[in-house]
Amino acid sequence: MVERFLKLVIDILSTPAVLVALISLVGLIILKKPLSEIIKGTTKTFLGFLVISAGANIIVGSLDPFGQMFQHAFNVNGVVPNNEAIVAMALTEYGSTTAFIMFFGMLANILIARFTRLKFIFLTGHHTLYMACMLAVILAVSGLKGVPLIIVGSLALGLIMAAFPAICQPFMRKITGNDNVGFGHFSSLGYALSGVVGKVVGKGSRSTEDIKFPKGLGFLRDSSVTISLTMVVLYVIIALFAGPAYVEGELSGGTHYIVFSIIQGVTFAAGVFVILTGVRLVLAEIVPAFKGISTKLVPNSKPALDCPVVFPYAPNAVLIGFFCSFLGGIVGMVALGLAGAVIILPGVVPHFFTGATAGVFGNATGGVRGATIGAFANGLLITFLPVFLMPVLGDLGFASTTFSDADFAASGIVLGQVAKMFGAAGVTVTVVGLVVLAVVFGLFKRNKKTNDSNQIGA
Amino acid sequence: MKILAVCGSGLGSSFMLEMNVQQVLAELGITGIEVSHSDLSSATPDDADLFIAAKDIADGMHHLGEVIVIDSIIDMDGIKAKLQEVLQQKGIIS
Repeated sequence: MVERFLKLVIDILSTPAVLVALISLVGLIILKKPLSEIIKGTTKTFLGFLVISAGANIIVGSLDPFGQMFQHAFNVNGVVPNNEAIVAMALTEYGSTTAFIMFFGMLANILIARFTRLKFIFLTGHHTLYMACMLAVILAVSGLKGVPLIIVGSLALGLIMAAFPAICQPFMRKITGNDNVGFGHFSSLGYALSGVVGKVVGKGSRSTEDIKFPKGLGFLRDSSVTISLTMVVLYVIIALFAGPAYVEGELSGGTHYIVFSIIQGVTFAAGVFVILTGVRLVLAEIVPAFKGISTKLVPNSKPALDCPVVFPYAPNAVLIGFFCSFLGGIVGMVALGLAGAVIILPGVVPHFFTGATAGVFGNATGGVRGATIGAFANGLLITFLPVFLMPVLGDLGFASTTFSDADFAASGIVLGQVAKMFGAAGVTVTVVGLVVLAVVFGLFKRNKKTNDSNQIGA
Repeated sequence: MKILAVCGSGLGSSFMLEMNVQQVLAELGITGIEVSHSDLSSATPDDADLFIAAKDIADGMHHLGEVIVIDSIIDMDGIKAKLQEVLQQKGIIS
């Protein structure tokens, strides 16, 4: 009897989908929701997690031949950074740890916002999930296990959620004209870089919004269309290099190599589409609950929101930023090829969102020149950073995809290097130390009116 | 009656917008309106009676039917004013 019960508990805690459903069930009960809502919310979360793993299989199936073609054509590894893809793969092994870190990390974010000067509540739920997942991987690779792994991971996540928006805040004030809203998207370093670059190069440059743009490019805002087109182009180019003999003989089972490439390219986009649907289902209950709790517990907190929150402030900068960042990605890819390193191909999702945002940030500080050069710099940054992240991801470092945004890479590289030098204990001390530092820093009397911990030329 | 908030990826902004619309509806004391969010690719005219989005993707939404375009997804007063106007036209609030 006891054995059967233990088996039940272990199976529940080691199946991420069940675990996440349980977490949202408990949350909904605490919020005293009606029974129908509880049933609906719990089911949706459960379903969403299973949909994510289904999407992962689609993506892996599509990226696998891509990696092989690339290998055959150039004799090096080609990697297409895509958060959805790498997270979906990682969740098969680290799902439960990720779920726990995400849940307690959100609580840690609220506590850190309450007791330090980092007043940001990070509401971009899918990025919270991805960051939780990356921390789970990095910390597990460093040798942490069980409860300590979850505690350190949650503290790290909470701190990251509150600290990175602070880096963007000086620029957010400039873009939105007030201090009410923070920016929550884990490529903050790229945006701050673009903002700083804009400041340096943008003297006297006019705003991007004074340019007349053809309306015909608006369809690029629809990410599934953009991903499909870009992946098809990438796939076909690689297929041409790999040659019909190899592709038709080894991979496509005799299907014409160009047809096969087009289908695989769009299949990748289909996988991303499916994963996003799953993520949406998982977050549907968690984010509003998080927002409700944080509003009650942390007076004068600021919500940190996703990229598109700044897009309406400079729609032209969005497209300019995307193109310039993508260009930076291509230049970076060529540089990596010449250096003989792992080749990071420009992923369309990261370049669209981070490039567009970098464009808006650059435009705010340096007009057209700031938007173009700033976004280009962002493109270089998100191409080079993953190269250094991959070695610390353990087995996942050898996948044909990886985390795509600057903050994932930066946090991962720092924690990974600390782990390499000082082991699991070193990582624990570093994370706990940083949190304590933030709290102590918050206890000092404020002699400034702002809540920023770092004043980057605001 | 159903309102659908839309953004490019259907993850962050439209979700925030959905929560803000729900808050506005609660402030106005309106019940019985379902609010959800979606990405631009998946949204179809049958999904809702009324669509709401920020101005940067409004150009890609003509096929959906009645769209409320707002300047900023976090400007509660702006959302409230626009919603009130449309709901008054529809005779849902007086």
